[in-house]
Amino acid sequence: MASGPVATNGAEPIVVVDDLHVVYRVFGAGGDKGTAATALMRVIKRQRRPSVREVHAIRGISFVINHGDAVGIIGRNGSGKSTLLQAIAGLLPPEQGCVYTSGQAALLGVNAALLDDLTGERNVVLGCLAMGMTPQETKERFQSIVDFSGVGSFIDYPMRTYSTGMAQRLRFSIASAKHHEILMIDEALATGDANFRAKSHGRIVQLRADAGTVFLVSHSLTEIEASCNRVIWLERGKIVRQGYDVPAIIDAYLEATGGEPRQRDKPEHNDHGADH
Amino acid sequence: MRERSRDQGGPGTLTDDLVIPEVDPSSLADEPLADLAARHGLRPSAIRPGVFAYARQLWERRHFIVSFATARNVAMYTEARLGQLWQVLTPLLNAAVYYLIFGIILDTSRGVPNFLAFLITGIFIFNFTQRAFITTSRVMSDSLPLIRALPFPRACLPIGYVLIELEQLVMSMIVLTVIVLVTGEPLTWYWLLALPALALQALFNVGMGLSMARVGAGADDFSQLLPFLIRTWLYFSGVMFSIQTIGSLRHHHTLTHLLQINPAAVYIGLVRNSILQTQRIGWPGSKPYNAANCALYHTGKKPYLEYSAYCHGTVSMNGLWLWGIGWAIVAVVVGFVFFWQAETRYGRG
Repeated sequence: MASGPVATNGAEPIVVVDDLHVVYRVFGAGGDKGTAATALMRVIKRQRRPSVREVHAIRGISFVINHGDAVGIIGRNGSGKSTLLQAIAGLLPPEQGCVYTSGQAALLGVNAALLDDLTGERNVVLGCLAMGMTPQETKERFQSIVDFSGVGSFIDYPMRTYSTGMAQRLRFSIASAKHHEILMIDEALATGDANFRAKSHGRIVQLRADAGTVFLVSHSLTEIEASCNRVIWLERGKIVRQGYDVPAIIDAYLEATGGEPRQRDKPEHNDHGADH
Repeated sequence: MRERSRDQGGPGTLTDDLVIPEVDPSSLADEPLADLAARHGLRPSAIRPGVFAYARQLWERRHFIVSFATARNVAMYTEARLGQLWQVLTPLLNAAVYYLIFGIILDTSRGVPNFLAFLITGIFIFNFTQRAFITTSRVMSDSLPLIRALPFPRACLPIGYVLIELEQLVMSMIVLTVIVLVTGEPLTWYWLLALPALALQALFNVGMGLSMARVGAGADDFSQLLPFLIRTWLYFSGVMFSIQTIGSLRHHHTLTHLLQINPAAVYIGLVRNSILQTQRIGWPGSKPYNAANCALYHTGKKPYLEYSAYCHGTVSMNGLWLWGIGWAIVAVVVGFVFFWQAETRYGRG
């Protein structure tokens, strides 16, 4: 598709990550007895607080993502997948390097707690307003958001009473209610039931069809293979492999982490994600 | 340096036995990536908008700020059995405690007419600023999950918190109106002046709240220290005594002047002068200078505020309004710019 005005090889970049480094600080990490006396000694000796640790989570990543790509990000726990998405969304500022995007990326994650004390209904309204919708738009979309989430009568209960799956369904419904050029999903569909997975998969396909770009972090390699045309494998904050050859990279990943090699010749290989 | 390298390792270093192939450099463009991004009109994702663009973004989220404040306010008492009743009970109990200590036990009234109304007005007005300072100093660390989940101008949060306190203040003012009328003050047109006075105070609180939020986001030590600073400020602001009538200050003109122009004393003075007739008629300088009457007041023979009106005022009533406007403008401009400067750094924790 040569729709872009200056597209060189038919692809138009939408996200460019240029030598990105992300460092975040963690308070309250171990390493101190935690008494007032040790704290005083530290101040006298002019030492840094040992309980503040700097975590160098992303260490020099570069890639270019084009319009209409669905990018799967794989890697072991703590390899920097979620941090990368937060940096692309502009929520975690880079220490070095830069992320360029065409607009605001919407991030949908497991930790994306809205306001737990408030009812689901309040959260829908606040979420829509925070994304920049007008009160009129919010009112119009409200019912469809609630219907899509399928939380039913729980919408009047505080969100802290929700099960993990229900809370995530509501969050996904809120975030996907607005058209985003870039939608990033961080394990957000992992706890939904089979019915909701099918529904949300439909939304992702539709978003891609609208020339949007989707990032998907998941430990379900089946889901990645079914939804994505491109994959990035992260390890300790660096890219190990990336490219459009999704099955080959997933196989290499499985081999490196000691997982079972995938069987692809069978049409039905799992309980979900098979019929796309 | 073993310690340092472990720090840098991060949470990804669970095991080191993983065989990692060489990093694949393919599919990267030949030209510098920054140029590629610029050619396609892409912008850095974590870039700070200009100060005016930021103000406009903030204005576009005004509905979010209002809904956020209202929802938080409602949720604040959901765990309590008495629920929203606490919005009224809290100011009432505050008033009762301060009256017991300063009005009855310590008796700091010192010739202030209608001391009960005087004291409670001071407490409620100061409490608005105090609560605004303390809550905004914690807002950024309290809202970290929200900050990391959704992109929006971060100034929404401290402004929303000040709005919560403003909504609480409305409750306090209703309680205050009843108390003031019961103590025998007349209801006059001057009461309307309380509205612009409170609006100025709210602006001042928004500006200071933005500053508090940035400072508090940097180090938790600040929000630990802040309550002590504010309590000290409380004792200097003429909340439970009148700066004009306290004996030890009567001959220290500069000190009296400084105490009277401090923002808390200014806003308290403005509200007291609008709703308390006993305060308004005793304000120094509000009657033509009369040496004999003023001397009576100064020698302590007639320590009542009615006679102080005949003396030269340290800060005139108009001066008080000018100070109130000035503090509000300075606080908002400085606070807004100061908060905006760190806009992209708030997510770091």
